[in-house]
Amino acid sequence: MANSIASTVIQLPQRPWFWAFVACTVAYFATFALTTGSGGGALLTAALTFASFSAIVGIGQMFVITMGPGNVDLSIPATMTLAATLSLKFMGGETSMIVLGLGLALVVGLGAGTFNYMLIRLLRIPPIIATLSASFLYQSLAIWWNRGLRIKPPQALADFTTGSFFGIPNMTIVGILVAVVSWILLERSIFGRWVSAVGQNRRAARLSGIPVEAVNAITFIGSAVLASLTGYLLASFSGGAALNMGAEYLLISIAVVVIGGCSIAGGNSNVPGIWGGALLMFLVVSMLNSYGLGAGVRLILTGTIIIAIVAAASGRKGTA
Amino acid sequence: MQLVTEAGGSPPASPLVALEDVHMAFGAVRALDGVSLTISPGECVGLIGHNGAGKSTAVNVINGGLTPTGGTVEYMLPDGGTGSGSKIARTCGVRSVFQELSLCPNLTVEETIRVPHRDISGFGWRRTARKRISRSLDQVFPGHGIDPGATVGDLTLAERQMVEIATGFAEGSVPARLIILDEPTSSLDSAVATQLLDHVRAFCTAGGAVIFISHMLGEVFDVATRIDVMKDGKIIASRPTADFTQQSLIDAMGHVASSDAEARTRTDSKTRIGDEVLSTPDGLSARRGEIVGLAGLAGHGQAEALARFFMSRSAGIRHTKAPEVTFVAGDRGRDGVLALWSILQNLTLTKLPSLLNRGLVDRKAENALAQDWKQKIGIRTDNMNNPILSLSGGNQQKVLFARSLASSAPIVVMDDPMRGVDVGTKQEAYDMIRQEAEAGRTFLWYSTETDEVVQCDRVFVFRNGQISAELIGEDITEENILAASFEMREAAS
Amino acid sequence: MSGRYRILLPVLSLTVLLAAVFYLQPRTMSYFGLNLLFNLAVPIALATIAQMMVIMVNDIDLSIGTFVSFVACVTATFLNDSPLLGAAILFAAILVYAAMGALIHIRQLPAIVVTLGMSFVWAGLAVLLLPSPGGAAPGWIRTLMTVKPPLLPMAVVACVLIAAVTHILIMRSATGTLLRAVGGNAQAVSRAGWSVTKLKAGAYALAGLFGVLAGICLVGLTTSADANIALRYTLLSIAGVILGGGEFTGGKISPVGAVIGALTLSLAGSFLSFMRLSPDWQIGAQGAILILVLAVRLVFTRGGTKWRAAKNG
Repeated sequence: MANSIASTVIQLPQRPWFWAFVACTVAYFATFALTTGSGGGALLTAALTFASFSAIVGIGQMFVITMGPGNVDLSIPATMTLAATLSLKFMGGETSMIVLGLGLALVVGLGAGTFNYMLIRLLRIPPIIATLSASFLYQSLAIWWNRGLRIKPPQALADFTTGSFFGIPNMTIVGILVAVVSWILLERSIFGRWVSAVGQNRRAARLSGIPVEAVNAITFIGSAVLASLTGYLLASFSGGAALNMGAEYLLISIAVVVIGGCSIAGGNSNVPGIWGGALLMFLVVSMLNSYGLGAGVRLILTGTIIIAIVAAASGRKGTA
Repeated sequence: MQLVTEAGGSPPASPLVALEDVHMAFGAVRALDGVSLTISPGECVGLIGHNGAGKSTAVNVINGGLTPTGGTVEYMLPDGGTGSGSKIARTCGVRSVFQELSLCPNLTVEETIRVPHRDISGFGWRRTARKRISRSLDQVFPGHGIDPGATVGDLTLAERQMVEIATGFAEGSVPARLIILDEPTSSLDSAVATQLLDHVRAFCTAGGAVIFISHMLGEVFDVATRIDVMKDGKIIASRPTADFTQQSLIDAMGHVASSDAEARTRTDSKTRIGDEVLSTPDGLSARRGEIVGLAGLAGHGQAEALARFFMSRSAGIRHTKAPEVTFVAGDRGRDGVLALWSILQNLTLTKLPSLLNRGLVDRKAENALAQDWKQKIGIRTDNMNNPILSLSGGNQQKVLFARSLASSAPIVVMDDPMRGVDVGTKQEAYDMIRQEAEAGRTFLWYSTETDEVVQCDRVFVFRNGQISAELIGEDITEENILAASFEMREAAS
Repeated sequence: MSGRYRILLPVLSLTVLLAAVFYLQPRTMSYFGLNLLFNLAVPIALATIAQMMVIMVNDIDLSIGTFVSFVACVTATFLNDSPLLGAAILFAAILVYAAMGALIHIRQLPAIVVTLGMSFVWAGLAVLLLPSPGGAAPGWIRTLMTVKPPLLPMAVVACVLIAAVTHILIMRSATGTLLRAVGGNAQAVSRAGWSVTKLKAGAYALAGLFGVLAGICLVGLTTSADANIALRYTLLSIAGVILGGGEFTGGKISPVGAVIGALTLSLAGSFLSFMRLSPDWQIGAQGAILILVLAVRLVFTRGGTKWRAAKNG
């Protein structure tokens, strides 16, 4: 037993997600040191909360990216916004409607994902263009529905999303639950095997009898459902749905997949890395914040870091 | 033939290119193992050998595309000096014509010549390009009917090959002195192929040199002044064409006759074969327990027919524990192997739906299945969790066989599965196929090697995407298959 | 689809849309009407051409929107205040684009991620330059964008010019042909002794150049800039290339088509407002048009394949 634990520890650095967490730790202490020791707990809480939103959308994006080159879901921000506006308006601030509102949000995700997939399948167009054109539609639908009004979420829902349970933010618990389920799906279920096979070689996967089209459909629907769940939670967390609430999540969802050590060429992904990437993205931003850097420098450094990580990661693959 | 003896008898003294004890290794694989050869102006060298004998590696070394790991390659410059490297190769007028490799499908015919002909540029380049390609096409293939303004992607396969060849022969800043033709006639019909052979002869008479690689021995005999036979990365025979006969050439390549295996299958076939289990719109049909061969020249629609049949019998939407058909890939990299996975994951993939426990993969059952097949077909590895790419090609192929045979599918489709597989593995695979057929499985087996096809119970010969003959029992002979493969022979019969 | 007919569908969609607009609002059938319709099309067309350069070599640029915003900020500040420094900055930006193309090829990185990262960088630089909307357009660009040529309005003339120049550059010139060859068969290009790295860097540099032009023109029209001014150009430019008959892989692109695609997209907005459709649906309609065109194209392609198959026996 001790032996196996030791070997697990030795193998840690070979895990693709290992470096994301190392970077997280460094970023955490770099920020922590700067705030002169105070607020370390608050920083951790904030990181865990905000990272959970990125992690949930990131996991959906991860499944899509695992399907191989050209597979990216660009409709995530629009789906988030649409699900948030529709469900918040539907709930109208009534606590009794919370569950129905969640249901509606998920139905929106289901619909959006199905629509995305139908475009890909029926029009034979690359997923990038399919999800892009669909996102235009979702965006308009959200604008039309919302009319610029900011509807407050039911109080109980707002309390839940901002609250915590034994010191752990509720959002983090949700995020970890999603991650655990996804981990089982990816690593232990036949679906995970199929996604990975399709991502490595779609033709070989089809010829080995894998229902490639079904796998394709499920990943795109899954991504949209997770995006709509995030939209619902994020809108409740931040006190209402805004039309641009999803905007930054397009970049984040792809970035966390890459930082987390998943192969952008497909077929090889992992769930822990998504959380590592999500935490890192938040911590880097807050680290740069605490250095007193403005939004501009922060953005520049974030971009540079993403490119540097990708360049380094591809080099690692080259030497192996 | 007159020409052959003349040129073949006295090769000129100064060679265009000289290889001296060239070795080429890709990792552990030795593709070239001490190759020495020279090619002089006026020579047309027929380079022949089985798949994987090292022909394409040799060609890539000759054109400078690959730098050998041992030995030297020297080119003679027009001014009499020598040098090596791909740049020198180009300035010496060494050109390669590989099938489909140098064309850009998004460009027009005249535009695509701009890529290899680096000197075409500046104002009016398009006119120059058009002139060059048209003139060359007219010279090599009179009456070709190809519009230089047509997009390459819109041309037929044969037309693309003609453009490819014409690009190789076209005039340029450096005149072509040595042209390497790799299977140049694979998609050409016989009339056009004859045009090409005539041009090659004329080109050599005028002082050019050609390396001619073809599976069609008739063509090689027709055009070559010298024939070099390759086997296992070595040149094992190099003689003027006149010194070979078709039979001596085949013997030199190391033809493996398996008449005993043939006899074995034949005798038991009567008791083994049952009712018809499949019949496709293409005209393919097979019965229970039957081994059905698909033959004909490579690229005449056999692989497509198999893929079409497989797709029609397996859904992209539903998954099933009991598939009707499984597929054994021959082009392992493209159609079979999942490169990031272990041997075990590759092996169990098709059977996986039957190895579930409450929706999750039952790892114990998966391991048991893998161990079982490791024993059964002798996959040479100490750990089934090793990456699939750690195996040799032959062992990877065994894993792909196991992937298919582990499932319960009554029909197994095989797309030239013995490509690049060593003889020992082949024998094991033949035995396995026979056993499975005995147990009632039906095999659809496309093979490029005739000695495999003649083992089948029934053979469909393909030509130009269609079935040109169906042979049964005693009719399955190399002669009959060849006869049905070639257009010109059919007119006579 | 054959290269020769690639342009048919974009022309058809633009004509149909234009006819619909003229029918709904006959007054637009005039010099000023056309100017109004296509006013913002020039920077979109330039950005679409920039995107096309990247798609031509089988990559995709997710940073073009932020890049154009950055250029707009530079134009409204440095290029206005100290033209030499401004020009130097813009030149350096083009070099960065070239370097990005080289990096993507040498390290075999996914373009989607690298350009995504660069979009953060450009956005950051833009925010540094102009934290809040402001700046002023240099006089000469303002003059250039508001010039009133005879017969046809500036926007239309400029678009025709852009289409003609890029057509000569990409479709007719020897170098452009080589760039397209990289998208069609990079292996053949490198086997013939060309440096694919240099060619890719060149394609990206062209993308940078047209991105710069797009930013400058945009400021000429809006007279001031802000850091988010052109964010939607990323998606618009991709859509424009596809609408114009371009394909994602294989170097199958058409500069004339791309400009027409950009015109179609900017016209779609006007069309909807004439339809009395609420502006809420503007973006959605662009999506719908994109889907519609792709659907029609699919029908065309299938028909074409069948036809060709029948012809070849």
